Amino acid sequence: MKIGVVVFPGSNCDRDAHGAVIRAGQQAVWLWHGSAELEGVEAIILPGGFSYGDYLRTGAIARFSPIMEAVRRFAAQGGPVLGICNGFQILCEAGLLPGALLRNAGLRFVSRPVYLRVETADTPFTRGCGRGQVLRMPVAHGEGNYFGDAATLAALEREHRVVFRYADAAGNVTAAANPNGSRANIAGICNRERNVVGLMPHPERAIEPALGSEDGLALFHSLTLASAAIGA
Amino acid sequence: MSFTAEQLQRQGLTPEEYARIRALLGREPNGVELAIFGVMWSEHCSYKSSRPLLKQLPTDGAVVLQGPGENAGAIDAGDGWACVFKIESHNHPSYVEPFQGAATGVGGILRDIFTMGARPVAIMDSLRFGPLEADAAAGVAPQTAARNRAILHGVVGGISHYGNCFGVANLGGETMFDGGYSGNPLVNAFALGLARRDQIFYGRATGEGNPVIYVGAKTGRDGIHGATMASEEFSAASEAKRPNVQVGDPFLEKLLLEACLEAMASGAVVGIQDMGAAGLTSSSCEMGGRAGMGIDLDLDRVPQREAAMTAEEMMLSESQERMLLVAAAGREEEVFAIFRKWGLDAAVVGRVRAGGRLRVHHQGRLVADIPNAALTDEAPRYRRPAQAPAKAAAPPPASWTAPAPPGEALVRLLASPNLASTALVYEQYDTTIGANTLTAPGSGAGVLRLPGGRRALAMALDGVGRYCRLDPRQGARLAVAEAARNVACTGARPVAATNCLNLGNPEKPAVMWQLQEVVAGMGEACRALDTPITGGNVSLYNETLGQGIDPTPVIGMVGLLELSGHPASWRPPAAYFPAPGRAVCLVSAAAGLDRDQARRRLGSSEYAAAILRRVWGEPPALDLAREKALHDFLATAAGAELVDGASDVSRGGLAVCLAKCILSRPVTAPEIALVGARLAWPEALAPEVAGDAELALFSEVPGWVVVSCEPAAVGELRRLAQHRGLDWYELGRTERNGSGDARLRIAGRGWKLDAAVAELAAAWRGGLPGALGETAGTPTAELVEAQA
Repeated sequence: MKIGVVVFPGSNCDRDAHGAVIRAGQQAVWLWHGSAELEGVEAIILPGGFSYGDYLRTGAIARFSPIMEAVRRFAAQGGPVLGICNGFQILCEAGLLPGALLRNAGLRFVSRPVYLRVETADTPFTRGCGRGQVLRMPVAHGEGNYFGDAATLAALEREHRVVFRYADAAGNVTAAANPNGSRANIAGICNRERNVVGLMPHPERAIEPALGSEDGLALFHSLTLASAAIGA
Repeated sequence: MSFTAEQLQRQGLTPEEYARIRALLGREPNGVELAIFGVMWSEHCSYKSSRPLLKQLPTDGAVVLQGPGENAGAIDAGDGWACVFKIESHNHPSYVEPFQGAATGVGGILRDIFTMGARPVAIMDSLRFGPLEADAAAGVAPQTAARNRAILHGVVGGISHYGNCFGVANLGGETMFDGGYSGNPLVNAFALGLARRDQIFYGRATGEGNPVIYVGAKTGRDGIHGATMASEEFSAASEAKRPNVQVGDPFLEKLLLEACLEAMASGAVVGIQDMGAAGLTSSSCEMGGRAGMGIDLDLDRVPQREAAMTAEEMMLSESQERMLLVAAAGREEEVFAIFRKWGLDAAVVGRVRAGGRLRVHHQGRLVADIPNAALTDEAPRYRRPAQAPAKAAAPPPASWTAPAPPGEALVRLLASPNLASTALVYEQYDTTIGANTLTAPGSGAGVLRLPGGRRALAMALDGVGRYCRLDPRQGARLAVAEAARNVACTGARPVAATNCLNLGNPEKPAVMWQLQEVVAGMGEACRALDTPITGGNVSLYNETLGQGIDPTPVIGMVGLLELSGHPASWRPPAAYFPAPGRAVCLVSAAAGLDRDQARRRLGSSEYAAAILRRVWGEPPALDLAREKALHDFLATAAGAELVDGASDVSRGGLAVCLAKCILSRPVTAPEIALVGARLAWPEALAPEVAGDAELALFSEVPGWVVVSCEPAAVGELRRLAQHRGLDWYELGRTERNGSGDARLRIAGRGWKLDAAVAELAAAWRGGLPGALGETAGTPTAELVEAQA
């Protein structure tokens, strides 16, 4: 499967995402922010980093780049898009996902391993997971505090669009397991059509036991499973 | 034209230096030239007080590809990889403006690395602050403590901001506190990068007629005279130095990294150097000097951020995120295209010329014309007078009463900021970016895999000011040995080092003596351990209002590790007890310890400073030949996968070492349950000390290393140790004492320590947040202010 990794100026997890795609046995290609050419990819990853320096607001400038117009069209046609960390922030700014990512509740950058409970297997990136499965991977962000208004949060819950929640090792969703103050411990969500997924933690850094976890590979492997009709 | 004493002073020059300038030029300098001399002859750029001494350090060895003199040192890491690394101070700016001072310290050391063609993959920091809590007895006023807390928040915030945004894994370092650092915080930033061995770049302006290209940020008025500021003591007026501190932009630096590496790979780049201290001045004369060539600069072509800058301002600006590169003539457009792609300015600002002179043109006039050598090789060298302090080290008190039973003392020590968990600091740093971090902060050393997965690099920063206060030579030897030992505890073999020498005002004979002693001790230890110094930095004038720091040499040690297991799953040994039922042993490279020695040396310990609240005597002893054997044992034992982990008995002594083995969990596996341990202090280790709980538990004996392993491995480990002339002792076993009530028990002759692990954990984890006036996870108003 040919998977594109977008490089924005200031992306700094692009090489790790590229490596994870290859580790998952797939073909990785670079997509450049200044071009609208998608090179025939079958899925797109928006990697972490500080796109355009994250001046103004995280992701606020990246959404105007030529590649994002192409990503928008690709997503509208049902193409799978994964936003990791800054990529998630960009997807929210671009309106491809609802809500916003605020400054962490502790006001500090937080870098540590967390546990995620998979809340739905009905996305192209969690198809290989079981609902309730617990994954471990690191977070590393200063603005990962997911916020949505009451209507947004209600819709996300009603439509089972919360994809990951911060949990403890046993899968219990607790306040102590929440590293950044996100509403309802939300670590990742998807769009109504379920093909666009964003999450704050870094699956691309959890791809080998030597790194403390290989749970992150599940997201990349899921992509390659015989795709059920998206949105079904 | 002649200059007044006041004008000379403004450039940091003495009348004698001015006379030397006139002699070198054969005429009067003009104002621009005087400013150029001022900055290049500053202590920070010229090393005029330290250079004669630094020649004593070993700089060559089998693995060294590049020693001192370039932007950074480089060693052969195997498999065709060069490891480029260096440590540098940013102490003065971090006092004046902690956030930007520390941020630009990180930015500067990163540029030194990628200037060599290496992609930075790891950073570490060695930090020193004044006390965080008011303490009338120790003379720490509430406002001083508040300022120290603000400096800590600012410095950590600045490092976090710059490193995380640039995108490089932070593998830890050290954070320590002492009264002398109140007006003089130390921020030493280490960075390490990887390049292909045959693709290292150098700061050399070769090829007459080649274009000199300026890339990166525009030049502004920030940081003018920064290098001169770093070569002076601070006074009460130091607040006025704030405009001398540069402002960092990590996003721009990330673009500069990618563009520079791409330009280097294109083959169009001949030489490159970053514009750090003394900006355009140092980069142009040093690049010319190294190549035996000259550079003609046209300042009108320099991209400028502000209008009407003078030639002096442009030559002295320390605006960040700028590089000077020399391209092959005719290939300028290739370089421009790459920088355009990354949205960066690039402009031809000069040409390489024969003749070895720096010639600067501004608005159609030649405003400076100086031989490179006059700025670099001909800079003054001072053999400043050195004088050992007359007063001998204080003897131990005739007697004292332990203020607390051992268990309680241990709890208090673990909560003291110098020994407490620094999670509050390192959790603000991205430690896992790059997906190669094997051992992250919280351990004595960081470990990072190399591409290909079969090799790894271990790295550690160490230095103890208090040891150096009592005996600078021994303190420096201990710093080298500890950094090497911490690297060896991961199973790596220490191979090379970088140093950062932080001291006070070298114009004071006592400080100059400290510098001599520190360099001598460092040289001895590096030779004995076969770890040459490939570069580094000297930071003098760390004094505010006449109050100087303890001499604080910091060593950054790098070791090589060949993975013994499968690359996808192999983990280096880590300094924690992973499970119940493990054997806890102690391997010793230390000579015997008699009671008098132990009492003298206890005076340099954390126990003396934090619990007894007085300092006396001498630092721990060190047997460098056995130390090297110890490192060989540790690497061999790890390579054979015989040990869980190893941890040296350094600051805090044996009790703190054992407690940390119980309490530490790797950041990649924090969920592993804590275990207890039931141990006996081995009488044979030091019979004269065995009956004294304070000496037995809290003496700092760096030659002792605690090892845990499967009980079945004990015999083989003992054989490996004894074969190398090391002593081997078994202390006992780890145990699970039932859910939630694990205990650390250590029995000695006539005393015992028995402490609940939960209580130790609470003290250790809560120590730093407590000293900062916050509970974990709730930042104080001070923090919010520091980050605003």
